[in-house]
Amino acid sequence: MDKNILIGGAAGQGIDTLGDMIGKTLSRKGYYVHVSKDFMSRIRGGHNFNQIRFSNGPIYSHWPDLDCIIALDEATVELHADRLREGGVILCDDSVKAEDDRIIHIPMVEFAKEAGNVRTSGSVAAGALFKIFGESTDEVDEIFQQRFKREIAEVNSLAFRKGYDFVEKRFEVERPEKREQIFIDATNAIALGALAGGVGFFASYPMTPATGIMTKLSRIQTDAKIVVEQVEDEISAINMALGASYAGVRSMTASSGGGYALMVEALSLQGITETPIVVVDVQRPGPATGLPTRTEQADLDFVLFSGHGEFPRMVIAVRNPEDAFYQTARALNLADKYQTQVIILSDQYLADATQTIAPFDFSMVTIERYFMTADELGDEDYKRYKLTDDGISPRIIPGKIENQIVLIDSDEHDEYGHITESAEVRRAMVDKRMKKLEGIRSEVQEPDYFGVDNPETLLLGWGSMYGPIREAVDLLNRDGESVGALIFGDLYPLPTELLNKYSKVAKRLVNVEMNYTGQLARLIRQETGIFMDKSILNYDGRQMDSYTVYKRIKEEVL
Amino acid sequence: MFDPKIYDTRDEIAWCPGCGNFGILNGIKQTLAEMGLKPHEVVIVSGIGQAAKTPHYVNVNGYNGLHGRAVPPAQGIKIANKNLKVIIHSGDGDSYGEGGNHILHGIRRNVDLTHVVHFNQIYGLTKGQASPTTAQGHVTNMQFDGNKNEELRTLLFAISVGAGFVARTFSGDKDHYVKTLKEAINYKGYALVDVLQPCVVFNRINTFQWYKDRVYDLAETDYDPTNKLEAMKKAMEFGDEGIPIGVIYREEKETYIDKISYLKDGPPLVDREWRPEEAEKYMDEYR
Ligand SMILES: Cc1ncc(C[n+]2csc(CCOP(=O)(O)OP(=O)(O)O)c2C)c(N)n1
Ligand SMILES: [Mg+2]
Repeated sequence: MDKNILIGGAAGQGIDTLGDMIGKTLSRKGYYVHVSKDFMSRIRGGHNFNQIRFSNGPIYSHWPDLDCIIALDEATVELHADRLREGGVILCDDSVKAEDDRIIHIPMVEFAKEAGNVRTSGSVAAGALFKIFGESTDEVDEIFQQRFKREIAEVNSLAFRKGYDFVEKRFEVERPEKREQIFIDATNAIALGALAGGVGFFASYPMTPATGIMTKLSRIQTDAKIVVEQVEDEISAINMALGASYAGVRSMTASSGGGYALMVEALSLQGITETPIVVVDVQRPGPATGLPTRTEQADLDFVLFSGHGEFPRMVIAVRNPEDAFYQTARALNLADKYQTQVIILSDQYLADATQTIAPFDFSMVTIERYFMTADELGDEDYKRYKLTDDGISPRIIPGKIENQIVLIDSDEHDEYGHITESAEVRRAMVDKRMKKLEGIRSEVQEPDYFGVDNPETLLLGWGSMYGPIREAVDLLNRDGESVGALIFGDLYPLPTELLNKYSKVAKRLVNVEMNYTGQLARLIRQETGIFMDKSILNYDGRQMDSYTVYKRIKEEVL
Repeated sequence: MFDPKIYDTRDEIAWCPGCGNFGILNGIKQTLAEMGLKPHEVVIVSGIGQAAKTPHYVNVNGYNGLHGRAVPPAQGIKIANKNLKVIIHSGDGDSYGEGGNHILHGIRRNVDLTHVVHFNQIYGLTKGQASPTTAQGHVTNMQFDGNKNEELRTLLFAISVGAGFVARTFSGDKDHYVKTLKEAINYKGYALVDVLQPCVVFNRINTFQWYKDRVYDLAETDYDPTNKLEAMKKAMEFGDEGIPIGVIYREEKETYIDKISYLKDGPPLVDREWRPEEAEKYMDEYR
């Protein structure tokens, strides 16, 4: 069983608030919920919608068919009515002038006014929706109370009940068991992962769809006693974060592709100064400003190669909110351990899609800093770039050890950090830095595998395509198709064990990505010589859902 | 008072003989020694250029970053550890050209640090192109028909965007330099100091003599550095009519860190103690 709802209207009509409220209430009731957002880059007008999918079993992406549409304007009916399943309904305010015999008109605005505030018309719609699905009003008041001040919460509860009482039940829904879960998107999961992982300084410049990470951290900075600074540009963001990191504080920055582009010179600085940093790129479609509020996986090539010169780095794509939390905390540890940069790739789809997952287990997170103590250093003059077997030179915190100084330099340097042009020292330093890549390689996690044991067709995906591919494989397996999928989180260094194993078994390899050129396919080819037989790609800014992947595999591959 | 020799390093100095940077270098060591600052208590931050090599020549913590990007890491370092004395030493090109945006917003942010600009009115390291401070009409190794752009009145700019400490000194006058630098380091907030620093190879106009003939010490006049409008007028003065040195403008302001209660009254950020479980409460709103 899964049910699908679409809430559509113009920007400024409160679609997000409504979608969030409905999703969260369903989550509290124990449903598996997935809410995805589709909006235009504007504050008022245009056409935006949220899609809510809920089920009593696990779901991993949005879905094309709909059971119910809440249409806050005529355009929503026009654009989405043909996606209604049989028996589906459209809920509209009386003022929405659309012709469709599946429409149930509800005096939403009037009820809202009666309840005491015209702005609660969304809650009227939510009430009607809950009744249509035969849901009780359990958890509803609590959700309003969590969100709003008391009086406002009460007005919303009243409005909700007016909508609830106005319509009749339509659908039979299998009720779930109540489960402990959270309802969260990757944006907030990354912020929580950073907090758990002990981030102390976060500098960033607003850019959709990355802004939310800074917003979340900024909201709690005083309570958590961290510093979050909105800086003048992304160049400043990363350089400031590198400064704080040099001084011993875990530091991060985040942006989307355009802002990340401005950070590139500093990534190279990170490479030579070996100052730990975690950078998040929440991808959106480019080039340049592209589609600011939409999604794409087209920055992989860019982050793999960003920065002049040669130096190690790690690239991790997060695959869902759960992954986003744990990987962010892990990234902070790896950055410190290897004194390297860890780039986290997310995208707009993940950033804005809210889903139910098991609560994060904070006891699984550790904070490992790897600093050398004064005793370990002894009387020796500190060498920031001491040559060691594994290429890792122990760090000390500047200012903490009497008369020991820490010198770092963007020029090639000797073990003390002083500028050098010696060919011998240069070779030793390049060797030392690149040796760290071997250590990083030993840390990489294999991709997740889903599907039959010896698949004839192997799908390969990464990051946010995790959900859609995972579910598509399930559907294909149910149709009796011999399909499996490897979905990468760690991308660089590329983990190759499962790749080698399954690519030997499979007759067909198919990369499934949200870009034009097949960037994962290229990375795999470059690192392993393994070629894809076919690509399923999309670059219209809208995430492929599980059904689309399923259908395209059927039509284009099988 | 320490022996200034404790700040010596074994690095071979890459500046040209007679360069104004030597006066600046000796002045820093003298200042730190007189202030009793131990090597580990100070960080010198720089970008790239001849001036930006300074961290290698002073035995204190050093952060030699990217061209134009000295201000952001300096702020990050101070925010991370308010107990460190953070001093930027960088060129006029680095500071006002490539890094112009950071100065503007650094002043607004008002993190407690000292920014010393080696003011030689030229790009030294890259062999003599115009800097934002190069005089209009000045023929350089790049501006063959003379510099078309107007020179930036750097201190006027700084005052106009809200700087609380703006000064100028001269590398050829060590006592004045040490006095000014001390005052800048002691100032709580973003302190900007232009140091006139003749480039003996690539700037044949603004030479040692040229500066020497024009500078006059404001301390020897009845100038009041707390009057902002007068300071802006004073900051426009530069050239044959004279070049004022000393504190041009001074105003007490709340620093960035003082606006963050837990940093102001608590330990430095780098000493924050934190366990992952402490973040768990921030998950509650998603339940
Ligand atoms: C991004 C970048 N652009 C250009 C350069 C080349 N470059 C290095 S220093 C410099 C100008 C130096 O002038 P200034 O900052 O005035 O320092 P000076 O050498 O005069 O002390 C330039 C253009 C660079 N290193 N990095
Ligand atoms: Mg210069």
